[in-house]
Formats: sequence, structure tokens, C-alpha cells
Amino acid sequence: MPKTLFEKVWDSHVVTQQPDSPAILYIDLHLIHEVTSPQAFTGLRKRGLKVRRPEKNFATMDHSTPTHDPSLPIADPLAAAQIRQMETNAAEFGISLYGLGSPKRGIVHVIGPELGLTQPGMTIVCGDSHTSTHGAFGTLAFGIGTSEVEHVLATQCLLQHKPKTYEVRVDGTLSKGVSAKDIILALIANIGVGGGTGHVFEYTGAAIRALSMEERMTICNMSIEGGARAGLIAPDEITYEYLAGREFVPKDSEWESALAHWKSLPSDEGAVFDKTVTLNASDLEPMITYGTNPGMGMKISDRIPDPASYSDASHKAALEKSLAYMNLQPGIQLLGKKVDVVFIGSCTNSRISDLRQAAAILKGRKVAKDLRVMVVPGSMQIKKQAEDEGLDQVFKDAGADWREAGCSMCLAMNGDQLEPGQYAVSTSNRNFEGRQGKGGRTFLASPLTAAATALTGKITDVRTIL
Amino acid sequence: MAQFSKITSFMAPLPDENVDTDQIIPARYLKAIDKKGMGEALFADWRYNPDGSPKPDFVLNDSKFQGAQILLAGDNFGCGSSREHAPWALTGFGFRVVISTSFADIFRSNSLKNGLLPIIVDAKTHESLFDLTEEAPSAEITVDLNDQTVRLPDGSSVSFPIDPFSKTCLLNGVDELGYILGFEKEITEFEGSNKKYLIGK
Ligand code: SF4
Repeated sequence: MPKTLFEKVWDSHVVTQQPDSPAILYIDLHLIHEVTSPQAFTGLRKRGLKVRRPEKNFATMDHSTPTHDPSLPIADPLAAAQIRQMETNAAEFGISLYGLGSPKRGIVHVIGPELGLTQPGMTIVCGDSHTSTHGAFGTLAFGIGTSEVEHVLATQCLLQHKPKTYEVRVDGTLSKGVSAKDIILALIANIGVGGGTGHVFEYTGAAIRALSMEERMTICNMSIEGGARAGLIAPDEITYEYLAGREFVPKDSEWESALAHWKSLPSDEGAVFDKTVTLNASDLEPMITYGTNPGMGMKISDRIPDPASYSDASHKAALEKSLAYMNLQPGIQLLGKKVDVVFIGSCTNSRISDLRQAAAILKGRKVAKDLRVMVVPGSMQIKKQAEDEGLDQVFKDAGADWREAGCSMCLAMNGDQLEPGQYAVSTSNRNFEGRQGKGGRTFLASPLTAAATALTGKITDVRTIL
Repeated sequence: MAQFSKITSFMAPLPDENVDTDQIIPARYLKAIDKKGMGEALFADWRYNPDGSPKPDFVLNDSKFQGAQILLAGDNFGCGSSREHAPWALTGFGFRVVISTSFADIFRSNSLKNGLLPIIVDAKTHESLFDLTEEAPSAEITVDLNDQTVRLPDGSSVSFPIDPFSKTCLLNGVDELGYILGFEKEITEFEGSNKKYLIGK
């Protein structure tokens, strides 16, 4: 029977499946960060267990790490304690750690692919919902809770019920100024934040095939925002080209046999998905969110919907509550809306191509007066590359703040945050109430839209300045 | 893991749809390295004013619903981040059951590992339960995991789905790690035959 990419990866990782029980699924790579792992290591100690396969586990620090000058001490004692705990746990259990001071440290979902740890056909998990990012390589990658982090540490396995499959086909070609971020925001606006629950997405179609690996990662990253735990894209020449020569990728004859395996992964002709949705990239415009979940998004030239036009009482109540939190009126356009902060960063959009796009717009120009613009590279390697290319200077000359790598204002637990009431255009993935700082208000958009907004201080359609 | 078989309680209603885990417990409470005190932070930004005083109009501050062990939640509860701090906060506060029409996958899985039972009901039952919290806030319902039913004050009952494996784990307070460890032989065999990804060697 023809199989989907997901089914091939799943089937080849089932260790055993007992009647009336979930499968025991083998995990090829476990990524760890400081926030969701301490209680798991405590659990191991309590039971007197070791890490079964330390060489398949890699740790970094990204969520609570400061993005200021690294020679300064960490001001928050709780964050400092969490970071020290990660160092202790990695040392005690024999796990490689890209810690503070490491030139390879960065956001966990940025460094996995960058180091070549992420490879097609793998199963990858991490105590973090945006593990879906790694699906861009044709891996089954999903976020887990802390109990499951402990399970993987102890057994290199997880208990999982098999999810259903959901094909997201994106045909057509993107217009100028429209990017991968706009595809995924359009998808979520279409199916809603619970639309993919119980399913794994596979993104197919001409518009997906045309994307670079970094753009594919942007799309897979936000699969979770559509309710799916994972989102996969079949590997192809673009994937292999990205992988070749990276640190942990097989070399020489091992590369040849890995490549042969990877080429067997794409969904077979005639494979059936449980569900399908189709978008046309040619119809898309730059997207922006107006509410407090990523499904509340619209074309940048559209008007905010009116709750009165909703027939479903709970959708109506949700929109009313969101607009009250955002202090926005229904029926208005967001174009021209003044903002206080522009944040360019996060595991969705902090890779070198994102920074290059933003820099191309800011080059030789100045950011708007009284606007705070933060640019936070996804990893120390990206930071270095950007500096080698002179992008940091472009940002600094424009009046933006160039920071150390990390999650930063994506979730605001390291001190980088919005003040109550402030508005931000952010290239991150979540616009939940208070996500970027208590009382802060977030508009999610692409790096292009963020950079265009940085110039004017008002929400701007990037196509007007291209 | 805490065992679960049957509880009788009134419900605290939180009808908002798509309640995300950033609301259940905001990120600034995730710096802890243990599980202590999470109940205090449950719904912190909805529950407390900036000065720390309780917001009187939030359901968990309403005297009628003090001591509820069942949270009656809107559609797609628990979306967003994978933080297990969310069920730790809910159980730390005293909830043992969350009822909704749907749950985000990771939240549901995390809850089941912490003795917190996520119950899915159909839209009509969901609505009638909200009506009940309005008409008779102190009315108690009984959740029986053994026969997978919710018994309502009028004597009627509705059944709910749960996979047999999670049910057994909850009823016996067994955790999954013990189960997986029991397959040591199979895991070792699998590792012997699957050498594709020897990344760290
Ligand atoms: S950048 Fe944001 S979404 Fe990504 S891992 Fe960090 S906190 Fe999570």
C-alpha cells in the first residue's frame, strides 16, 4: 500500500505496539533546554536511572538567557539558577551542552538544523512545542512535556498514539513581498488554531517545493499554531544541499547510503491523507494578526472583522475579548497603526536569510523616532555570520538594537519584554495575551513587514517600499 | 502519579475558547527547577491585578466556585506551549478534571501523566453544563473513570471517551515510564537493528 512520508517515518520507529496500548516509538534525537528539563533530571535521580543514550541527547540554553553583553552577570537569580542547573545536569548525565560562552549556542530549533543534527527520516523530540520546526527536513519532530523528557532520557523511547495525516497543499507562486511566514499565517487564519488537532501536517505543492530550507523551517515551526504537533516536508535536492558538509551529517560513503535512504522517504504516489486543505500562494498578500491567537490573522490591507458579524457565540466572545485586550476597533485597517516596538527574532524568523531580508530594507535608512527595534539572531553562529556580512552594522546604523542569540522577547522570560499597553510587530509565532510581556500587544508578521514597519513606526505594507 | 477513579464536585466555568498555556501559567513562572507552588501562578494574569490583589470578576476568585475540583472549559483548551507547568498549576490549585469539547494534543497528554483527567463532551452537553453552572452553581456532578461517565444532578449521565491504556494508568496511578522500562529487551533489539542515525557516535 502506498505510504505517506509520515507513515514511513512512524512505521520504521515503532519498537513494539501491544494491544490496546500506544506504540513505543524510538527517538533518534532528543534536544534539551533549560526550562522544561530540570524536573525530568530530578525524576531520574529519584529513581536512580541513567540517561540511556547520552550521545543522542543534546542540550542548549536559550529561553532564560540574557541577550545583553555576555560579560555582564545574569541579573535574575532564578534564571541564573536554572542555567546553572542545566550545566549541572548535562555534566552529571554526560550530555553535550552548548552552554553560555559556546559559539554554537542558540535557540534549540535553530541549532539542530544548523549543526546537521536534524536529518531526514528521523524522530526528534524536545520539551518544546516548536520542535515541529525540524519537520522541514522530512523528520517526525514534535514537542513533549517534562514527564516525556524524562521518559526519553531514561529509555530513548516514548509512548505515542498514532496521529492522523493532514495534507496542506500550497500551489502557485508567491508574489514579491510575500514570504513563507505569510503562507503559514494564512493557513492558520484559514483552519483556526485547533484545526490540526490530532493530526500531523505534510506540506506539499509547488509553492512549498520552491522554498529554501530556512523558509520551510518557518512554515513547519508554526504547525503547532494550527493545532498539529508536527508538520513535515519531503526532503529533496534543496534539503540535501543544505545538509551537505554540516558537522553531524554523515560523510563520504556514509553520506551516499544516507542519501539513498532519504530519497526513499517522500510520500508514495497514491498515498492517502486523512484530510486535505489547499491554498494558492499566488492569492496571498503579506499577513498580519490583529487578535490574541495566531488564527486571528488577515491580509495586511484587510479590515479587522466585526464580532457582530459572527454567528457562533463563543467565536464572537473570543473576538470581543481579544479586541478589548488589543484596544482595537472592529472594521479598521491596521495599516498606519503606530507601534512601540519591532522585534525581529525567534525560532520562526531569526535565521540568516531573515536577517538579510530585514537588513536589505533597513540599509542606508533610519528606523522611526521613538521606536525600539530589536534584532536577535537565532544562534551564535548566525550572529557571527551576520557580523561577517556586515548586517550588524546595517542594523546599528539604522538605529536598531543588535543582540546576543536567544529566545528573547518571543516569550519574554529573560527580561526582554514589552511594557503594559505597548504594541509590537513581531516575527515570532505567538500573539497570546501577555506573551511578550504582561499587558503587551503583539502583531505577528514576516521579517519584511517588520522591517518596513521599523522604518515608519507604523504598520506598513512592505510592497509599498520594494 | 496520582491515582484517579471517581470524584464528585461542582464545576468552575471558564467559557473562553482556545485558552492557551501562556494564560494557564505565564512564562515568568517557568524559571522554577521544581514543581512547587505552581497552583499560586495558575491563570496569574487573569486572576490578579498588577498589585497582586485578586480580580473580583475572574471565576477562580468568585466565592461561589471556591473549592471546585472540575474546570469546565471552552473549546480547544490548552493550546500553545508544551509546558507541563500547565497541568502542574491546575492540579496544584486543586483541579482533578477539565471538561471541554476539545483539547490541544500536548496539553491532553501532559494532563494524563499528572492525574488530571481531560474529558471531551459533545457541544450540546457542553452547553448544558455551562447552563448548569449558571442556574445552580453549587450543583455537583460525578465523574466516574471506571465506567467512563459523567453523572448529572438530574440523574442522567453522559459517557466520555478515553483510550484504554491511559485509563488503566490513571485508575492504578501507574506511570508510563515504568511501562516503557519493561520493554528493555525490545528496545535493545531495536537499537541493534536500526543503526541509521548514529549521530553522536
Ligand atoms: S524562540 Fe520562542 S517559540 Fe522558539 S523556542 Fe524560543 S520561546 Fe519557544
